Amino acid sequence: MKFLQKAWYKALAVLLVMYTLVYGLLIDLPTDVGILDETIRNLFYHVPMWFGMMLILLAAWINSLLYLSKPSAKRDAYATELTNVGLLMGFCGLLTGMFWAYNTWGTAWTNDPKLNGVAAGMAIYGGYWMIQKSVNDDAKRARLGAVYNVFVFPIFLALIVVMPKLAQSSIHPGSGDTVNFKTYNSSQNMEMVFYPAVVGWTLLFVWIAELRTRFRLIKLQKDNEKAHF
Amino acid sequence: MKKHIFSLMALAMWGMQAYAQTQQEPSVLKANGKIYVVVGIIAIIFLLIVIYLFRLDKKISRLEKQSS
Repeated sequence: MKFLQKAWYKALAVLLVMYTLVYGLLIDLPTDVGILDETIRNLFYHVPMWFGMMLILLAAWINSLLYLSKPSAKRDAYATELTNVGLLMGFCGLLTGMFWAYNTWGTAWTNDPKLNGVAAGMAIYGGYWMIQKSVNDDAKRARLGAVYNVFVFPIFLALIVVMPKLAQSSIHPGSGDTVNFKTYNSSQNMEMVFYPAVVGWTLLFVWIAELRTRFRLIKLQKDNEKAHF
Repeated sequence: MKKHIFSLMALAMWGMQAYAQTQQEPSVLKANGKIYVVVGIIAIIFLLIVIYLFRLDKKISRLEKQSS
């Protein structure tokens, strides 16, 4: 009972991801999905990576804002680790996307606005890692990182969501002149796996971010104790 | 505890509904029934990863208690 009070979201993450893994492979698909065919099941694995990344980076952004309004080691640790894990999710999305593209479009990378936007966005977040790794003074590193994050997240969203939507043409579903999966999905059973998949995958990565944050805080405390002796 | 069991059951039934809803031809993946073996293996791997994560979680909790 106490376990469920403390770890309810972890249990929920496990249940929802398990549900996604099983039913994502087993549900019957709409019959006309063009060249995607059976690979449209990637909707339950590739797409939640990006949705989850955006949600986790949003959480990191909020933590950075809170850090700037009231600095604390805890807020800094959460902002940093949520960003790290959010980007890990992004890389999962990128690699799965390239693999899917290679098998559907015939090439791993096209000059599509969606793909180029993501490449530019990831490069911008590289700057965040540079700050984290190169500034030795902890307070300065935390403040610089928070300020950078506050500016970067909206730009990132503009690059990966807004610009591809505004583009004249695109072959990536849901951007430019293409349709998204709802158009294909006449029986609506794909939604019943897709939305749980987004929640489940996101919570699973939040769990990892939480573990990393707690580890970071313990390490910080140990370092402080050492500095006092 | 009862409440949690009910929500578990609701989740399972929701899945079955998604599964049973369509009256189309079964997909090629299920044509010879072997896909269930793959699903089972994926489920086992995922469960082991989850057990590993929970153990890691516990270890970090113990460290937290030690250092506070």
